[in-house]
Amino acid sequence: MRATVLVRPKHGILDPQGQAVESSLRQLGFAVGEARVGRVVDLELESNDPAGARAEVERMCEQLLANPLIESYEIELTEAAGD
Amino acid sequence: MTSPQPRIGVLRFPGACDDRDAFWALAAFDAEPVFVWHTETDLPDLDAVVLPGGFSYGDYLRCGAIARFAPAMEAVAAFAAEGGLVLGICNGFQILCEAGLLPGVLRRNESLAFVCRDVPLVVERTDTPFTSRCAEGERLTIPVKHGEGCWFADDALYEELQANRQIVLRYTEPVNGSRNDVAGVVNERGNVMGLMPHPEHAVDPLLGSADGALILSSLVEAARKSVLAGV
Repeated sequence: MRATVLVRPKHGILDPQGQAVESSLRQLGFAVGEARVGRVVDLELESNDPAGARAEVERMCEQLLANPLIESYEIELTEAAGD
Repeated sequence: MTSPQPRIGVLRFPGACDDRDAFWALAAFDAEPVFVWHTETDLPDLDAVVLPGGFSYGDYLRCGAIARFAPAMEAVAAFAAEGGLVLGICNGFQILCEAGLLPGVLRRNESLAFVCRDVPLVVERTDTPFTSRCAEGERLTIPVKHGEGCWFADDALYEELQANRQIVLRYTEPVNGSRNDVAGVVNERGNVMGLMPHPEHAVDPLLGSADGALILSSLVEAARKSVLAGV
């Protein structure tokens, strides 16, 4: 299976990178509201069991991929594409 | 009677850059510094540990997030749990926060710019092993050099730390966006401290300030007491 982990600054947490992106986009003439910048981690997993894989990726997020004080995470699981 | 020389470990991670400065400064205050490589699973016989500044593991993912899983960090956590003295400077502070040994987290500076200059600080607490040679309310000047020194705690955590008197140092002017200008904190027990400023870079008037000596010599003195207590 493959997992995509989206790590975002939590709501209410100041995101200076997002603010810099937001003001740059406005300077380019784009009409944008708030911009927030996070991180994407793509993972290849050996497991073929969606429930087990999700539980494992959750543990990865709690231990390493996200800091729960400031970041939230979302996990998307997909079947690995066969060739 | 000669006073015993405390042995203070200086952890070395790949990407550390202030390990030799810390080593030199500790030796200057009559401690016996000992380098400890990050892959060590056991600490040698030590009276205190310093986690120096730098960019361990390239600061990948989040600063300190990978270093906290170094084998030596497990040994440091065990050492701290037994009441051992641990001081984290800059990247060392970031690692201790990621490891859960200190409260809060260090984030990108609010300005997104790297800050490298002398900063003014005020000492909020002197009954710690790291600030015993300071006076309460004393103003210090110590340099910072970091891109990720913006300390953050949410409201509940901040209130708890205030109530427990865990905020030890504050900037007296905005430096990096830290919550309430926090520059250094201790754990609840008071044996682990982290700070973003670099005391090891301010130990001689030739360096522009000797105020960092107050922090490091406090640590050496506390470590010496632990040697005496053990004898």
